[in-house]
Amino acid sequence: MTATVTTDPGVDKSTRGTSRGSGDARRKLPRIPDRIRRGGLPYLLLLPAVLLELLIHLIPMIVGIVMSFRQLTQFFISNWGAAPWTGLDNYRIAVDVDAPIGEALLHSFFVTCVFTFFAVGLSWLLGVAAAIMLQENFRGRGVLRAVFLVPYALPVYAAVITWAFMFQRDNGLINHVLHDQLGLTDQPSFWLIGDNSIYALIIVSVWKGWPFAFLMLMAALQNIPRELYEAASIDGAGIWQQIRKITMPSLRPVNQVLVLVLFLWTFNDFNTPYVLFGKSAPENADLISIHIYQSSFVTWNFGTGSAMSVLLLLFLLVVTAVYLFFTSRGRKGARA
Amino acid sequence: MAAPQSFLWARRVILTLLAGFVLLPVYVMVSSSLKPLQDVSGKFQWIPDELTVQPYFDIWETVPLAKYFVNSLIVAGAATVFSVIIAVFSAYAVSRYNFRGKRVFTVTVLSTQMFPGILFLLPLFLIFVNIGNSTGLALYGSRGGLILTYLTFSLPFSIWMLIGYFDSIPRDLDEAAMVDGCGPVRALFRVVVPAAVPGIVAVSVYAFMTAWGEVMFASVMTNDATRTLAVGLQGYATQNDVYWNQVMAASLVVSVPVVAGFLLLQRYLVAGLTAGAVK
Repeated sequence: MTATVTTDPGVDKSTRGTSRGSGDARRKLPRIPDRIRRGGLPYLLLLPAVLLELLIHLIPMIVGIVMSFRQLTQFFISNWGAAPWTGLDNYRIAVDVDAPIGEALLHSFFVTCVFTFFAVGLSWLLGVAAAIMLQENFRGRGVLRAVFLVPYALPVYAAVITWAFMFQRDNGLINHVLHDQLGLTDQPSFWLIGDNSIYALIIVSVWKGWPFAFLMLMAALQNIPRELYEAASIDGAGIWQQIRKITMPSLRPVNQVLVLVLFLWTFNDFNTPYVLFGKSAPENADLISIHIYQSSFVTWNFGTGSAMSVLLLLFLLVVTAVYLFFTSRGRKGARA
Repeated sequence: MAAPQSFLWARRVILTLLAGFVLLPVYVMVSSSLKPLQDVSGKFQWIPDELTVQPYFDIWETVPLAKYFVNSLIVAGAATVFSVIIAVFSAYAVSRYNFRGKRVFTVTVLSTQMFPGILFLLPLFLIFVNIGNSTGLALYGSRGGLILTYLTFSLPFSIWMLIGYFDSIPRDLDEAAMVDGCGPVRALFRVVVPAAVPGIVAVSVYAFMTAWGEVMFASVMTNDATRTLAVGLQGYATQNDVYWNQVMAASLVVSVPVVAGFLLLQRYLVAGLTAGAVK
């Protein structure tokens, strides 16, 4: 999925236009009514977007929820309305941790949490470090900026398939370096099956994800007024202190949204593991998206797959709501 | 104020490590694409023993890469054009008008970002199959279905970014155009769009990259005739051997258009983000 960065998802956009010239809010008010008088136009302008959102996102979501209450197997694909209602059975199957399906789902959920924690943390860390180090102008800054954005620009499958090649046991670069050149391992390790697969996945995910954090933070850094730094250096603050006292606090609003976006993105990531491991991921790197995909398209059990999707969505909604509640409270505190 | 040595050294170390991390796969991609098959099948070589450009000719034979390329171009190109036009209309409405449901619209569009793709994949697949069965509209397996799907993926970000951009364009400009007798839509195209070119370029790049790189929907929603690069690139693995040199060559070939475009236009993207999204 894609990502959107906002500094405040709850902001009322009707006030955004006025934020640039503070004095023109009152001047604009009398003008708004004559725009309103063309009542239908804004709706007409929004119509294509609304129709598409309905077709691709909202209706499928409702269908998905309906499907999760039915016994939907391959026999009902072309006529899913005829699939028998099963009530909450699919959910029972999905959360019954004593049976194989529920147990595997719980394990996959756990793996995804661990993976997301490390992948997001590291991506954010590298993004902040790079953005701060490239804030000042120096020779080669422009080149580095472009270089750092390469992983973001490369198509996922091209980049990840290269990593898959590097992680090959017999002819990959990683084992060549670790085993042949440094002698750190007794024998060439497997990276894409077995226990190491989670490390491979985190490395690839961070490589792919940190440039996005870097891009957002770099843009945000350009909005910090230079006077702040000048005033601080006149007061005798060194560069490390300026980073701690000015840069990091100024980045807080962007960071709050960025971490949320990275979290949602990483948690739902399908492309990276799919290209890295193929249709069935190793148990230790069995991310939830792949797990649901497999439960649906490989074993043709769409009903249970839908129930899993709905549970995942509920989890993400709760996490996001809690997160926004706490960060917006923190933000109000910061403003006061 | 001159930065202290500690900072300069930290900067050198951090940036060098990051550049190495970023460029390592790029080096592997480029160097391996120039090796003969026996060299990529054996132990990895930092410096290729022998160089060949043969993989670059073979990639088109091993799989119908040209066909995938055309499919990807059509799908990503069309998705970009439609997505940007629709985003411009929506952003203009939100930026310039007050109407009921404005917040509901923006919040809904933005919140679709957080839903797992897997959640839409199954129902959308079923909806497309069913629409096809009942109306004869070939959405499933067709480029049209993929275009429709992809353009909604980039829509939220594009709308968001353009709202920020349009907001930074003084209203007096389009007001004046309307006083001169333009309709609101003409004012949009004559005044607002030209002023927002950097933002529009930025979201176009973004929309294209999104569609060019998507894997999940492409793997389910395409068939032999409409397969895109995202799926087609996995065709270099045969039962007993993976043509890694060809895989790398093909990866490089499919990356060049987007990476070149992105690096040329990244300044617009950063400027657009600075003006709109991260404000």
